[in-house]
Amino acid sequence: MYQYFYDLTGNTILATLIVAVFPLVNVLIVALIGVYLERKVSAWIQDRVGPNRTGPFGLFQTVADFVKMLQKEDATAKDIDSKLYNIAPVLVFTGSFAAYAAIPFSSKLIGSEAEVGLFYVIAISSLVVGGILMAGWSSNNKYSLLGAMRSAAQIISYEIPTAIIVLSIVMLTGTLSLDKISNMQTAYFWNWNIFGGAEFGITKFLLIPFMVVGFIIIFISTLAEVNRTPFDIPEAESELVAGYFTEYCGMKWAMFMLSEYGNMFAVSAIVSILFFGGYHSPIGYLGNSLGIEWLIPFEQAFWFLAKGWLFILIQMWLRWTLPRLRVDQLMSLCWKYLIPYAFVNLIIIGVISLL
Amino acid sequence: MALKTEHMVLNMGPQHPSTHGVLRLELEIEGELVNKVTPHLGYLHRCFEKHAEAMQYNQVVPYTDRLDYLAAIGNNFGYALAVEKLLGIEVPERVEYIRVIMAELQRIASHLVAIGSNGADIGALTPFLYLFRDREHILSIIEETCGARMLYNYIWVGGLSHDIHPDFVRKTKEFCNYFKPTIVELDNLLSYNKIFIERTANIGVLPVDTAINFGSSGPTLRGSGIKFDLRRDDPYSIYDRFDFEIPVGKGLMGTVGDCWDRYYVRIREMEQSLRIIEQAIDHIPEGDVQSAIPKRIKPPKGTVYKRVENPRGELGYFIVSDGTVNPFRVKVRAPSFVNLEVLGELCKGYLVADVIAILGSIDIVLGEVDR
Amino acid sequence: MKSAEEIFEMLKGEFGDSILVLDNDTPTEPIISVDPLQIHRVSKFLREHPDLQLDSLMCLSGVDDANGNKVTNADGDELIEGGTLSVYYNLHSVSLKHKISLKVSTSRTEPKVESVENIWKSANWHEREAFDLLGIFFLNHPDLRRILMPYDWDEFTTEVSRHPLRKDYKNPEFYQGMKVPY
Repeated sequence: MYQYFYDLTGNTILATLIVAVFPLVNVLIVALIGVYLERKVSAWIQDRVGPNRTGPFGLFQTVADFVKMLQKEDATAKDIDSKLYNIAPVLVFTGSFAAYAAIPFSSKLIGSEAEVGLFYVIAISSLVVGGILMAGWSSNNKYSLLGAMRSAAQIISYEIPTAIIVLSIVMLTGTLSLDKISNMQTAYFWNWNIFGGAEFGITKFLLIPFMVVGFIIIFISTLAEVNRTPFDIPEAESELVAGYFTEYCGMKWAMFMLSEYGNMFAVSAIVSILFFGGYHSPIGYLGNSLGIEWLIPFEQAFWFLAKGWLFILIQMWLRWTLPRLRVDQLMSLCWKYLIPYAFVNLIIIGVISLL
Repeated sequence: MALKTEHMVLNMGPQHPSTHGVLRLELEIEGELVNKVTPHLGYLHRCFEKHAEAMQYNQVVPYTDRLDYLAAIGNNFGYALAVEKLLGIEVPERVEYIRVIMAELQRIASHLVAIGSNGADIGALTPFLYLFRDREHILSIIEETCGARMLYNYIWVGGLSHDIHPDFVRKTKEFCNYFKPTIVELDNLLSYNKIFIERTANIGVLPVDTAINFGSSGPTLRGSGIKFDLRRDDPYSIYDRFDFEIPVGKGLMGTVGDCWDRYYVRIREMEQSLRIIEQAIDHIPEGDVQSAIPKRIKPPKGTVYKRVENPRGELGYFIVSDGTVNPFRVKVRAPSFVNLEVLGELCKGYLVADVIAILGSIDIVLGEVDR
Repeated sequence: MKSAEEIFEMLKGEFGDSILVLDNDTPTEPIISVDPLQIHRVSKFLREHPDLQLDSLMCLSGVDDANGNKVTNADGDELIEGGTLSVYYNLHSVSLKHKISLKVSTSRTEPKVESVENIWKSANWHEREAFDLLGIFFLNHPDLRRILMPYDWDEFTTEVSRHPLRKDYKNPEFYQGMKVPY
């Protein structure tokens, strides 16, 4: 896509900016719809009505909230470390936003077709930990500090099972490029990695159970990485008030919020790329059967967003159903169960792919 | 060179999402490990006992509502019984039946909040709202009869403020039929939830002898496995006529006396309350609910200590009368006040997150702790 | 199960002069009066004797008896001089299911009662409350601080506004710069 705009404008800076705007808009829309959906979904689950005053079905509730957030005074405590305090939300947001650079929304809508896309996404999203630690430390608040320590421990621990599962997919596909991984699962849904990949044969059927296990592990650990219930320990409101962003308000707080919803979509996107065919349609393309070439990228974008939102809905469903784990239980789940299983899974997938 | 270290002091409250009001807990923590918990009270102190001395006996009743504001009928009940004992008057049968039914409805409503907020403390917000939905039915039944939803001022010395609404019996029966399946739903959603059990089983274990020594009562005591319920062990009103069981903690998911046991006792108690209501609702005799209300309450000199089983435990009123129309001294033995004292003992060596779970399972109401 | 008379006889036999009277006149439960400086020994006996086993302290209440002389001091405040403050103990046995009430009376000017905190832990906060609201000092109490009133109440108040449940209590003018009577 960058190449396309570069050819169009002939200017590197302009092309970069245009390409960067797409994911930014996406993050904003994800946050806007995500917050609204979270409210509505929680209301439906809890036998309530949810927002219904601002606009039809309360659709403008989030917009109103964002306007309110923009107008808010930036109230800060006296004894904060103001440098770190101000950098932290930006860093957290950068971490989650930068991941979008490598995510293919459709075959034509990719920020960067980097060969090491998967590696890049995992690496850049670790920036969030730095931001969270900064926020927790600089706020000069014990709740923030506890929340930040919990969060750092949690995110770093859960990156291990995530990385191992990612590794097993990389072993199978032989590439780190997210676009190529998506393209390997093209055409119909039985070619998805969760159903053993596109190569037909005995290995495909051998792979299916281990792929399902891999999917479950990566889903749980990404849930933990984005601090969603039952792993929302860093911001456990009944224990730590709001965790690492207790002392933030107004737009700075909104940055954390944005990055949370941005992250939710990013991890859903990664999971759907790795296991559910990325932007590829499960049932073939309308554009192909009608012979309209330009329709296909739009269909792809639709399927990609649909898959992403489906996982977000599952995350919300879990959040409003389950209680929260304790910090030591969270760690033991990661180190005693997920990591060993992920390793075993990796070895088995490796052996099968050698067959 | 050894590094000098010190424990971190974390002030939990008075403004904190899960201290159930304005309680301040001073936690001495080492990382996340709690070494010491010191509760600081008094943020909601409204001088009930001083006020009561300036009031006439019947004027104190609305003030008792504000003690345990989630179980206001129980508070009225205890006070009315204490003054009636001091006066030596008997109340009509009809009043007794209505009082018992109301108190049991209130017990269910109060337990619903207790269970719900215990779940919400652990992170399960949805059951909390389900339970508030169910509580709404009880509140509207009581509202229809006495006009208030929370602070009823319903049970007066010698009688009741209003006779029951004509729809009361029908609606109460409807509620009983509606509520039984929702207990099963609650069990499936929260009680047997793996994460909930992980968070509450084997946490905050309270042995029986410690519980008795600390004066714990109500579900906190029964969770430790002792069958002690004032409705049966020191019967008041007409509780001796009904057939009901006393659920106790059995350590089904962990140790006897852990948070899960205390939580579970409350659920099973709601079933028993339904049983009492069902036994009583069809046998309310006819009569005038205000016939026994004394025109002027002027008890003889003396002291009385009357205790009733409130949802949170033993609610006692110690009243000293000097023979005038004003009580000379009213001391409230509030169950939450006494139950809270054991918190420091329970929390030692657990994590910060467990303090919340333990506090939720003790179920305090600050209105009654601070009075 | 033991009646109040039986318990009184047992105590009288064990402690003699420390046990003062059995008051049966009250309209409800009988009350045994005890010497305030012997209450710890008596309580220990009540709790540990196999026939009594009063293992639960239901309630502990301080009462200002207001039986002294009313005098007016230089500021025009009406005070009570002399007389007594009392502490009532309502005990109960969970296993044997009997109850008994004890009472100690101590002088108003120097109210000192032995603490029973190490016999019944539940006495801890009740005694703190009685200290806070009535100014009764419990000897050997491990942590005798105010509990319901602010910890720094004494710094801002005068003699008559220390302990609110005393019958001659007067509101202080100011607390922490805030006007108290409204």
